[in-house]
Amino acid sequence: MSGDHSSSVISAEVRHVEALLEARGLLDAGEIDTRIDEFLAGGTPANGARIVARAWVDPGFAARLLADANAAIREVGLSMAGGLQEQRLKVVANTEQQHNVVVCTLCSCYPIALLGPSPSWYKSEAYRSRVVRDPRGVLAEFGLELPAGTSIAVWDASAESRYMVLPRRPEGTGSLSEEELAALVTRKGLIGTAAV
Amino acid sequence: MGTDRFTPGDRVRTRATDPAGHTRLPRYARGAAGVVVERAGRHPLADDRAHGLSPQPQAVYHVQFPAAELFGAGDHTVTVELWEDYLTPIEESS
Repeated sequence: MSGDHSSSVISAEVRHVEALLEARGLLDAGEIDTRIDEFLAGGTPANGARIVARAWVDPGFAARLLADANAAIREVGLSMAGGLQEQRLKVVANTEQQHNVVVCTLCSCYPIALLGPSPSWYKSEAYRSRVVRDPRGVLAEFGLELPAGTSIAVWDASAESRYMVLPRRPEGTGSLSEEELAALVTRKGLIGTAAV
Repeated sequence: MGTDRFTPGDRVRTRATDPAGHTRLPRYARGAAGVVVERAGRHPLADDRAHGLSPQPQAVYHVQFPAAELFGAGDHTVTVELWEDYLTPIEESS
């Protein structure tokens, strides 16, 4: 399992290669930072929340989202194509019977375009190693106590797909607008470590 | 290789060996029996790419395991995304 790389040999090697590329005029100073900024631009949990709110008010959209998330999110002006190639998105829906939670046990794969940069706990070895083995215990530590009858599905982003959880619409929100519903959705809810 | 050998519902077992280099088959999911639940497109095998090779894309699957199969305990499921090379079929004796 990989951990924090900031002081590792590979980090030093990358910095060295970067410096050589800049010294030889192959790379402008700051170009990599600029590209990273471009990649992150617009990535915020508000995007995921907007998708969820649309799914709550439009059952047809919800069905399309679960069947082919990449196509469905284009309906609300979002895309998973911001990187070098379009990443496959899989949306998993919470129900009364099943709660979903997402992890990347091997590193920290995460749908940045829809959720922004990942929280530090998502990248921690503690979360990554424990949530696959004892999700009910880990979710309880997040303050999410699930009924004993609710089963838990853990999704490990071990390859090329990225996952997002579609939380259940809270009770008593029938009168809220789509924008008001989106404001209820949290980053943790989109990862599955909170109910909404 | 890479012929979308499996379809949802197929029972499969993951490779049990510890490869020399990079792999995306997590250690906890080695040698485990699970069920293919969905195809996840076709991608070059990450293990080969890590060795500087340019492999042909091959099928990737969402494979679901009962926690008890992976850890000996637990009532949840864990779904891992796995390349076809990691998987062998479990023949049903019906």
